[in-house]
Amino acid sequence: MDTTYSASDMMTVAAARRLNDGAVCFVGIGLPSTAANLARLSHAPNVSLIYESGTIGAKPAVLPLSIGDGELATTADTVVSTPEIFRYYLQGGRIDVGFLGAAQIDRFANINTTVIGPYRSPKTRLPGAGGAPEIAALAGEVLIIIRQSRRSFVQKLDFITSAGFLEGGESRKRAGLPGKGPTAVITDLCIFEPDPVTRELSVVCIHPGVQREAIQAATDWPVRYAADVATTEAPTRSELETLRDLLKRTAAAHGEVASG
Amino acid sequence: MKAPAKIGPLREAIAEHVHDGETLALEGFTHLIPFAAGHEVIRQGRRGLSLVRMTPDLIYDQMIGMGCAARLTFSWGGNPGVGSLHRFRDAVENGWPRPLEIEERSHADVANAYVAGAANLPFSIMRGYAGSDLPRYNDRIRFIQCPFTGESLAATPSIRPDVTIIHAQKADRKGNVLLWGIVGVQKEAALAAKRVIVTVEEVVDELKAPPNACVLPAWVVTAVCPVPGGAYPSYALGYYERDNQFYKSWDEIARDRDVFTAWMRQHVLEKRA
Repeated sequence: MDTTYSASDMMTVAAARRLNDGAVCFVGIGLPSTAANLARLSHAPNVSLIYESGTIGAKPAVLPLSIGDGELATTADTVVSTPEIFRYYLQGGRIDVGFLGAAQIDRFANINTTVIGPYRSPKTRLPGAGGAPEIAALAGEVLIIIRQSRRSFVQKLDFITSAGFLEGGESRKRAGLPGKGPTAVITDLCIFEPDPVTRELSVVCIHPGVQREAIQAATDWPVRYAADVATTEAPTRSELETLRDLLKRTAAAHGEVASG
Repeated sequence: MKAPAKIGPLREAIAEHVHDGETLALEGFTHLIPFAAGHEVIRQGRRGLSLVRMTPDLIYDQMIGMGCAARLTFSWGGNPGVGSLHRFRDAVENGWPRPLEIEERSHADVANAYVAGAANLPFSIMRGYAGSDLPRYNDRIRFIQCPFTGESLAATPSIRPDVTIIHAQKADRKGNVLLWGIVGVQKEAALAAKRVIVTVEEVVDELKAPPNACVLPAWVVTAVCPVPGGAYPSYALGYYERDNQFYKSWDEIARDRDVFTAWMRQHVLEKRA
């Protein structure tokens, strides 16, 4: 088997490893869904994946294009209504991990999925909040997966859609957000974790072959590093095989050629 | 006694029950999106609508691009898994074909607001919006203090559409409606509305629904319209699958105003329900 891998593969694998077996995970569509399903198909077979369409315990054989593909409903343990998923499961405190993507993130892991530029006269209108503000607030902890670039890792967000650590320190707690907040931000270059005191994102792991200069070049603020920075373990043969099979099945089901 | 649903053609139901300037909700969370009904609203040239929908999706992109809407309440306005809704963005960013006022909320909020509407309450409460900028730009998102514990909770007005339109798998000949699979907020959106139009894949003699199935009794439904394939290009579980390829190709169609307008003329305006 070809064991070369892309930065994107590394990101997905590193994110998947963060999801523990047995966790109840509220999954966003796109990158989070790919990583969460890779976890389910490798080290975390007992994870319960919940999509905001109300599918609980979804076990899709191919990745869904939308958050409510039939594949999610027919493979779920149960399907509940949208009010029920948000009121009883998320607000009810039953979600261990919220797995989110974002268009933009700042150094306190606040995320923007709403608008670039002024709200009333936007440069780019993004899709908006969806379930993210409440997932970010209420899930036990939050994992964020996002490709790193100067456009996505910004000094100041134009709009805080969903709260991370707000202005850092104890500000998240003061704002009354019950969940722990983001515990890791996984990118195609490295892994950040919040500093235990300031809550500023610090690099804790750098993916193999990535230089610190590349991380800084893709970040609009001065990057901080933890005291001990490790090198991320490269994707194993089995992780890569599982990921490629999943992407291949998905591409076949969606009528295209696998990429990445 | 409330009259049971009238079973009849979609064209008549839209003509009779959907009026310019009203608040209209088309619901269906990825699944069972009432496309055919939205197309009929476009064909009948409705204007000035206040549209409500959690996930505007392609159908609202089309209605907005064809000038039906003055206002949109929503919580996620994208083409799922593909990218932007270009007509929605053009309306918000450039006012084309007419300016669109937006009221932006979160999924949890809109779901709660339909629940409150269905329950005949003026507002809904939830744990939400803390730390988000959304309340800064939407003054209808406010915070109240719990009278018992003193904690701060988000309060938002309930959603009570003049008309809710949904698509379902089946109705029986009396007009009782059965839907299954991802049921989204359809039950709540229907019960929150003054009038309810349901398009269905088929009308059958007996629903054969188990006792806890999601059934809307005929007397909460205003009109039932048989429209096989009425949720296409979204899907109807048990009938047909989501046309993911169409969702992808929509990106190209909707990107350009002229391509969009020509597509709508050919595939919607010149087609009859």
